[in-house]
Amino acid sequence: MKQAVDVTQLKVYPATRQLITASAPRKISDFDKNALEEAIRIKEKTSGLEIITLTVTSEDARVVLREALAMGADKAYMVNDPSLQEIDTSGAAYTLAQAIRKIGEFDLILCGETSLDSFSGLVGARLAELMSLPQISSVRKLSVEGDTVTAERALEDAHETVKAKMPALVSVTREINQPRIPSLMMIMKASKKEIVTWAVADLDIQKEKLEPNVEIIAVTAPKMERKKIMITGESIQEIADKLAKALIQEGVVGR
Amino acid sequence: MSENKGIWIYSENYDLMLEMLGKGRELADKLQTELAAILIGNNVQEKADDLTKYGADKVYLIDNPTLARFQVEPHLSVLHNLMVNYKPETLLVGSTRNGKPLAARLAMRLEIGCIPDCTKLSIDEKGRLLAERITYGGNAVAKIAFATKPQIATVPSRTFEKLEPQERSGQVIKLDVKTEEPKTEVTETKPLEMSNMKIEEADVIVSCGRGLEKKEDKILLDDLAQVLGGQVGNSRPLAEDRKWFTEWVGLSGHKVKPKLYIACGLSGVIQHVAGIRDSKVIVAINKDPEAPIFEVADYGVIGDIYRILPALTEALKKKLQ
Repeated sequence: MKQAVDVTQLKVYPATRQLITASAPRKISDFDKNALEEAIRIKEKTSGLEIITLTVTSEDARVVLREALAMGADKAYMVNDPSLQEIDTSGAAYTLAQAIRKIGEFDLILCGETSLDSFSGLVGARLAELMSLPQISSVRKLSVEGDTVTAERALEDAHETVKAKMPALVSVTREINQPRIPSLMMIMKASKKEIVTWAVADLDIQKEKLEPNVEIIAVTAPKMERKKIMITGESIQEIADKLAKALIQEGVVGR
Repeated sequence: MSENKGIWIYSENYDLMLEMLGKGRELADKLQTELAAILIGNNVQEKADDLTKYGADKVYLIDNPTLARFQVEPHLSVLHNLMVNYKPETLLVGSTRNGKPLAARLAMRLEIGCIPDCTKLSIDEKGRLLAERITYGGNAVAKIAFATKPQIATVPSRTFEKLEPQERSGQVIKLDVKTEEPKTEVTETKPLEMSNMKIEEADVIVSCGRGLEKKEDKILLDDLAQVLGGQVGNSRPLAEDRKWFTEWVGLSGHKVKPKLYIACGLSGVIQHVAGIRDSKVIVAINKDPEAPIFEVADYGVIGDIYRILPALTEALKKKLQ
């Protein structure tokens, strides 16, 4: 899971058009909630499963991990280290891989197709590659039977059903489910669940592999120059006529 | 710093490959380097010859029955092999649902950087490739450079223009590459019912949001779209929450840049706006005067789409006759 910047609550420095991300509220990246919800649904149908949630972060993410535990995760792991501040998707995948290796055996890694804030959608695929796992992306339906995972992928022009032997990695879209909202009871119960915190030094990590492969030069709010002309009139007819005329003058309708 | 040279283009989507060749030609000319297309498939020799007409100096053709259908591991192993042996400086990969994870895994295998979903690509004065992409849910544009060579950028459909095809001298190099076995098995493919014209290609889009009360009421938009020779789109909630449609316009769906985008009963959340940003003219019709869509519209009408759309359809029908 990723603790993401809540993109609906971002502010911009008007002078430079730079984004103020440091003080913006954080939350579980929406797509990751879908992944967790799907894990909970699999667990409800299968006995003897444990759901572990893992995040890699340079800032304390215990609040969002508590929410994941309240939804139904059994245990949470957080790799929290200031040296993770500059990592890109490569360093994130590598740190996740090393943490997963330390946690132990697993059947299925579920992750969100992309993240709410950076919207890169690379980490899942990079992680699968690092761990030599079968990977199924853009998943809109999922089922697990025995040691096989079956998933329906949403491609641009088709739905494709794919099977893989577990262990495997699956990344899910928002349409796969509606994540549950934890009840007060679940929130109370979650306070007793364990959050294991590691630093980078606790993992078998080669520091040079955390070096970013890309350099972010600037992040600015785009300018959107629009005319913002409000069309009003005495009647619907008049409004429609004025709008039709304006569109014809713009040269965007008719031939 | 490195011996890597040349710009390569790959996508399993042929049209997207042509679009990227258009941009690739410009970048390669600026760097005075070679532009190559990577064509992977079965019985695709004919397409290889076409790729040179669209700007490729070279086409690496890997034609093999086992590569008829896209599967990530075989395709990944071919690209990895070529990258290691022929050392391009840059690879552009089509940012499709199949292409993007492929690019990410290739970048990991080569331990290099990957910048996804680039909306702009340029060369700076030092000859570095600069990429721009939309981030923070459409609130920002990030300008990014690479710290590694080679480098991979992915490019969404309809971002760049293909060149007019012309006879050019180009070289097709047929290669036989050993492929990895797929780790997943495709058991069924159900084609989606698509309208004949893709929404990205429409000059006019009439799009509805949650202000549309019933699915059947889409006829109001259909009527207007018909008069304008356009297509009808919708926002994400109508697809994901109400399940009326399977696709939507927006950052996570179809990114469009029509001449005219008419947003009907559509509030204009930032993710939606990010998907229509490059439209030439945006019209918003909404009952709620506070709807954020008005902030990004050229023309706004505060009112009920159920009354305004039929009137607008009639008015345009008359004027355009």
